[in-house]
Amino acid sequence: MIVSFSLNGSPASGRVERPISLLDFLRDELKAIGSKSACDQGECGSCSVILDGVVVCSCLVMAADVEGSTVTTVEGLESEGTLSAVQQAMHEAGAVQCGFCTPGIVVAATDLFSHNSSPTTREIKEALAGNICRCTGYGAIIRAFETLAGEST
Amino acid sequence: MEVHHPTSLPDALRAVAAGATPLAGGTDLMVEINFGHALPDHVVGLRRVEELNSWEDSRIGAGVTWRRIDEKGPTALAEAARTVGSPQIRNAGTIGGNVATASPAGDGLPFLAAVDASIELVSPTSTRHLLWSDFFVGVKQTAKAPDELIVAIQLPERLPSRQAFGKVGSRNAMVIATVGCVVTRDDDGKTTVALGSVAPTPIRAFRAEEMISAETSPSESALFEFQRLVSEDVRPITDHRSTEEYRRHAAGVLARRLLERCLR
Ligand SMILES: Cc1cc2nc3c(=O)[nH]c(=O)nc-3n(C[C@H](O)[C@H](O)[C@H](O)COP(=O)(O)OP(=O)(O)OC[C@H]3O[C@@H](n4cnc5c(N)ncnc54)[C@H](O)[C@@H]3O)c2cc1C
Ligand code: FES
Ligand code: FES
Repeated sequence: MIVSFSLNGSPASGRVERPISLLDFLRDELKAIGSKSACDQGECGSCSVILDGVVVCSCLVMAADVEGSTVTTVEGLESEGTLSAVQQAMHEAGAVQCGFCTPGIVVAATDLFSHNSSPTTREIKEALAGNICRCTGYGAIIRAFETLAGEST
Repeated sequence: MEVHHPTSLPDALRAVAAGATPLAGGTDLMVEINFGHALPDHVVGLRRVEELNSWEDSRIGAGVTWRRIDEKGPTALAEAARTVGSPQIRNAGTIGGNVATASPAGDGLPFLAAVDASIELVSPTSTRHLLWSDFFVGVKQTAKAPDELIVAIQLPERLPSRQAFGKVGSRNAMVIATVGCVVTRDDDGKTTVALGSVAPTPIRAFRAEEMISAETSPSESALFEFQRLVSEDVRPITDHRSTEEYRRHAAGVLARRLLERCLR
């Protein structure tokens, strides 16, 4: 079957013949490789995308089930070369080490800040509970978002 | 591959009757698929079916996500919802999927057992309500027929005034329960205790319930007797997450602490 949906504001479509994940579909079919593939079982968050307004693991979404939906990936967060506030905060705090977890963290934090512009440290940690940083750079990641939260108060 | 995206329940039921595998949030099913344990070639996506997403008072649609339950569910069910996976999992995963999977560790199940909830099952030709104890029949086994969908969870109209959920696990977030428990206590002292991960299905500790319901203001020794009876009544196993002995001990301690929370 052909599946069609909105990807980062533009129409996207492709053929799916098997029950593959949205993550594999994005990476292998659409060559949108910003979302990372690591565990394939919802544990690490590196594949996080925003599906119809909420953050989910794209490895647990069936590609065929996004028909008609709206998907935002990390590629859709900057606008015309300008980083989003969440991306800029990560950059300034030096919260990126190897960078593998970064797309997922940025997407999860974007979801958090979209409904809470000044989260507490606890809320930041809870929002990122599903994102693993294998470089264990959590300190800088949390500080990045504490700073961003502080700016909006 | 054939995939349906119905918006109405009758269309979804027709697809299921024709052999389609139901897909709700995908947080259990996609793991099976990604690891090669399932390869459905006929699927019906349920997330657009209005009736499954509806929630009227004591009737919770099967498609209601953990996130929504966290926001407005009854106390102990909301507490359970908060512990499910991560925000990503709670945004996608549904109570209907949890019930259908029927894992002994399903965090939604102890609450359903504690309040005597029923599962509403609908096929193209029938509707039936099964009490939780008739629905859960074994490890990941339920009384649901292949042509049925879980449409809703029916809670009693009136819930006990005090309720508490707790879960023991190896860390705070993203953890499958080693023991899960719900204790409820009503104004007249009637107490229920339901546990998960300590038997093939969720269970109630009836002897402990009976003993403590008769105590109007339980003494310290009554609380420890309650703990002992809970530990005696569970039927845990040893697996990769824990040992039988630890689960038995933890079940009693957890139940007593939750009871103390209800008594405060
Ligand atoms: C990383 C991770 C962490 C998790 N943490 C927890 C946790 O802490 N606690 C916990 O309890 N669970 C946890 N789970 C398991 C899972 O998220 C829950 O069981 C969830 O509620 C499943 O719901 P779903 O909508 O995603 O189900 P799906 O995966 O869509 O479906 C699960 C099964 O139910 C069937 N099904 C779904 N809806 C219906 C219906 N209406 N009628 C009939 N059959 C149906 C499907 O065919 C499938 O067999 C976790 C999973 C992951 C991947
Ligand atoms: S790849 Fe999806 S959560 Fe790890
Ligand atoms: S920066 Fe390397 S995994 Fe997080």
